[in-house]
Amino acid sequence: MIKLSPRTNPSPWLSVLSPVIAIIATLVMGALIFTLLGYNAGESLYQFFISPLSRLDRISDLVVKACPLIIIALGLVFCYRANIWNIGAEGQFILGALAAGAFALQFPDTTSPLLLPMMVLVAMIAGAAWAAIAALCKTLFNANEILVTLMLSYVAALLIDVMVRGPLRDPMAFGFPLTPMYPDAGLITRMPIPGVGYLGQLHYGVLIAFILAPIAWWLMHRTLPGFQVRVIGSAPRAGRFAGFSSVRTTIGVLLFSGAMAGLAGMIEVSANIGQLQPNVSFGYGFTAIIVAFLARLNPLGVIAAGLLIAMAELGGDNAQIALGIPKVVTGLFKGILLFFLLAGATLQHYKIEWASRKARS
Amino acid sequence: MSALLLTVLATSIPLLLAATGELITERSGVLNLGVEGMMLMGAVAALAAVLYTGNPYTGILTGALAGMAAALIFAFFAVTLMTNQVATGLALTIFATGFSGLAGAPLVGKTAASLPPLSIPLLDQIPIIGELFFHQDILFYMAFALIMATSLFLRNSRGGMILRAVGDNHDSAHALGYSVQKVRWMAVAFGGICAGLGGAYIPLVLTPHWSEGMTAGRGWIALALVVFASWIPYRIVIGALIFGGITIMQLAGQARGWAVPSQVLSMLPYLATILALVLMSMRSSSSFITVPACLGKPFHPGN
Repeated sequence: MIKLSPRTNPSPWLSVLSPVIAIIATLVMGALIFTLLGYNAGESLYQFFISPLSRLDRISDLVVKACPLIIIALGLVFCYRANIWNIGAEGQFILGALAAGAFALQFPDTTSPLLLPMMVLVAMIAGAAWAAIAALCKTLFNANEILVTLMLSYVAALLIDVMVRGPLRDPMAFGFPLTPMYPDAGLITRMPIPGVGYLGQLHYGVLIAFILAPIAWWLMHRTLPGFQVRVIGSAPRAGRFAGFSSVRTTIGVLLFSGAMAGLAGMIEVSANIGQLQPNVSFGYGFTAIIVAFLARLNPLGVIAAGLLIAMAELGGDNAQIALGIPKVVTGLFKGILLFFLLAGATLQHYKIEWASRKARS
Repeated sequence: MSALLLTVLATSIPLLLAATGELITERSGVLNLGVEGMMLMGAVAALAAVLYTGNPYTGILTGALAGMAAALIFAFFAVTLMTNQVATGLALTIFATGFSGLAGAPLVGKTAASLPPLSIPLLDQIPIIGELFFHQDILFYMAFALIMATSLFLRNSRGGMILRAVGDNHDSAHALGYSVQKVRWMAVAFGGICAGLGGAYIPLVLTPHWSEGMTAGRGWIALALVVFASWIPYRIVIGALIFGGITIMQLAGQARGWAVPSQVLSMLPYLATILALVLMSMRSSSSFITVPACLGKPFHPGN
């Protein structure tokens, strides 16, 4: 029989240590699962977690993969801190990519340096608008935002599919469901590293991710809106007494996270694909949920968490190529990691004791 | 016409089963967002058993067990360790999507035997109704029996009263000497069994082969159905039939070549879910709705 007793003074080092413990526990579980499935555990874990770091260009691919995850998770952190459960970032990401793409394709011959900033704006508005539907349903009708945001993700995936196969399709694409390429002014170019040159797919978009993280931290911890988010989330009654509006907070965090997801979608397509296709996201919106939790809902932690999850994603590709391990194993890892992270949060506040039934009564 | 109605009924059964289970779970005060995951586990376990034994009835058992096993993982974290229920449910769905994909990989491309329809003597002779309701597979009958049983259980039994007490005020229930944790473990396990059965219905009756993520969001729609039903069992039937109808209408529309892109028709079930949520949630201030007061709140039994 497990018994939890509250810790009188939760130790601060546990809050840093518990994600580390969760990661180690996930690795142990992973080794166990690989062994049970008949794969060489050491070799599998090497492919998952070491091979993505084994070469410089692989590290740069890691950063590229982490970029959308970091940007989306930065928005989600605000939602979850406010106890608003936006789990439809996937849909907001797609809408951002779709709107920015549709905008860029209106100006096929432009060379204007304004195109890129305009696409950023359009993408953020589109992502925020998609999230705004959930915000309205929540604040006006009290409809559960978890289900609304998720349902809107399914709708968004179908929407980009119909747009790419229909109105936006390139007539020269030989029947493939692809739009024309964006004009060069709408592409995010690769970024050279001084003294090294171009590395893998490293592009300027990743700079945005690394700049946004400290800004988000500042917003959360050094401004009044950030304070409101934290108070409304952790002590709604205290928030009401302080005169903070939970309706405004709900709308604010949903619009903000929608805008961030939309931005991530625009960057992903402009930097890596250059045109729209039916599939522009590979579950980034869902994976970012785990990134937000791994970061313990701290915007600065999102960078490390995003890099770590990106490593597991790329490792999943490597393991599939090298050892024939199905790609879905990555999902298995992500689920187990999230379980352990959540348990870690409990352990921070409670001690676990194994009590016999007699001792309990 | 009756063929169309038959498919509507069949499509609504997975929703009906999963939503009934989730309703009991939520009535105990636990929000388990892992329904989609538990359904996938049920689907893959059912299909594996049928392919292995050749007997479709074994799939019912393994589907239920797999759903329950997944639910117990959730119960350990969300009930015993008091982790955040929303995030834990998500973790379960992510985990189960991966797990079922891995377990289902060897099953791809194989076709399993389906559950045969069983006729109920005499009743199946009634025109139309007989064919619709009394010439069905065993899970179909179980689904409707389950709705009636949960309805009676919640309203008229001592166990149902305890369950509602735990969900509406866990502190009082604890003070009265009931074990909140134990009741919630059982309610979560029941939800897992039902979701597992709902998942099993998909390969056993609807599409007899495995594809990754074959539940296609049905678990999430089941969650919305519980809200739509405002936590009253028989209202789930109405909701499930509406969703079954919309899904079939979309397929029929595609087959008849309506002048609307198929993707737009495919959006209908999801848009209908949002609409239903909005409509039902608008009325939540009235006494019409019985939201369990402790829904989503963890309980610490203290010392």
